[in-house]
Amino acid sequence: MKHTTEEELFAYREGEMKGRETIAAHLQECGECRAELQRMEEVFQALDAIPVPDPGEQYGAKVWRQIANRLPEHAPKRDANWLSAWFAPRRLVAVGVAAALLVLAFYAGRKTSTNTGNEENVDASKVRERVLVVAVGEHLGKSEMILMELSNAQPGDAGKKLINISTAQKRAEDLVEENRLYRQTALEGGDNAIASTLDELQRVLLDVANSPAEVTPAQFESIQKRIAAQGLLLKVRVVRQELRAEAAGNKSVPAQNDSTPKVRNKV
Amino acid sequence: MAEAFAGYDAGGISDTAAVERTLAGEREVYRVLVERHSAYVYRVAYRMTGNSQDAEEVVQEAFLRAFQKLQQFAGNANFGTWVYRIAANYAIDRLRQKKNEEARREIPLRTAEGESEIDPLSQLKDSAPSPERLAGSTQLAKKMKEALDALTPAERTAIVMRHWDGCGIEEIAAVLKSNSSAAKNTVFRAVQKLRAALKPFAEGRGAAKAVGTES
Repeated sequence: MKHTTEEELFAYREGEMKGRETIAAHLQECGECRAELQRMEEVFQALDAIPVPDPGEQYGAKVWRQIANRLPEHAPKRDANWLSAWFAPRRLVAVGVAAALLVLAFYAGRKTSTNTGNEENVDASKVRERVLVVAVGEHLGKSEMILMELSNAQPGDAGKKLINISTAQKRAEDLVEENRLYRQTALEGGDNAIASTLDELQRVLLDVANSPAEVTPAQFESIQKRIAAQGLLLKVRVVRQELRAEAAGNKSVPAQNDSTPKVRNKV
Repeated sequence: MAEAFAGYDAGGISDTAAVERTLAGEREVYRVLVERHSAYVYRVAYRMTGNSQDAEEVVQEAFLRAFQKLQQFAGNANFGTWVYRIAANYAIDRLRQKKNEEARREIPLRTAEGESEIDPLSQLKDSAPSPERLAGSTQLAKKMKEALDALTPAERTAIVMRHWDGCGIEEIAAVLKSNSSAAKNTVFRAVQKLRAALKPFAEGRGAAKAVGTES
């Protein structure tokens, strides 16, 4: 019988899913590996044995006294830094999306209002629409990942007081602004089914983004319930598949002079 | 990071309100945030630096830096988590700086081949006291503290963030400025080194087994 390696035991302890069942089965049978896991656990217990001095109840007041004179007169104001704020990476993504949507709206407007049948314009419009379809598809793909992770996560350890959702939270934060812009564009384009899904998605993304980085099991369950109750994961998946098919050209491009809003199947 | 999430004080204003009022020019209100989160940041800083003096410096610097970039703080984020990250970033920089200074001060210990420096961990193992001397928890804590001190700044930061603060691998990777896979390896390497350093103690309680071998 091949024993588990130290790395495998560590990954198992960390809750990694890869090969988990095999290691669990081996641990059931192998006393030596169980003992080895126990010895690893003792290292973590020893870490907890390191005392950390209590800084005392008045420590916060002491820190304030130490730094008060070193603080600038005023904290930098948000308004004064609007330019740098706009050039922050997350804002840049949103600005990029907004700019792309503006261009698309412009071309879409030209296409639907003139109805010239000009081949060049129609081609440009098709290309831009495809770009938008791909972009929204990617956005939904990223959102789907977060929803899946949250839905499938099992807090597991019942004794655990808080569940760390900081990674999902940060990703949700990144997607909120993007989602808002896509939703707005879908609404303006009369794409009600997509707008409705993006609307529901927006509420869950905001929920996650505004949650603390660590939530109680009850809060976590409430997020999971919200995703499940709305069937959001399925809706996102369906719209994404539809968009993917459209991007691949499986779906017919609207007729040149069709100025009526597109309405996809409600999902 | 449970303590960092006591974001609302029933008797006072919320962290978010305190940030907004500080940004609006009420500098004194920043005091609320400092007083509320200092003890937690101190405990994190102590585990990272290993001593009170450095920990206190990390706390002060973290709050100074947080004030200077308060306008970057997203209103819907958690101030405790945010200042924690600032403290962790500063602590790892400080640890690295200290290690470099120590390395410059000491005459490099060379192997017989004169190529590589002696691993501090092996020194630690060589001078390890017998299991009998490590019988009590005080000795164990002392031994563990030495083992932590022997870790590299990245390893120490990674194990502190992972074990005590329950940070995710991506969060650790962000502080280490590496990728998830490298961060995961760093945590594992730290655990390996701590285990090796505590081996005499562990062996005192049960024979160690070579892992990854055929039985």
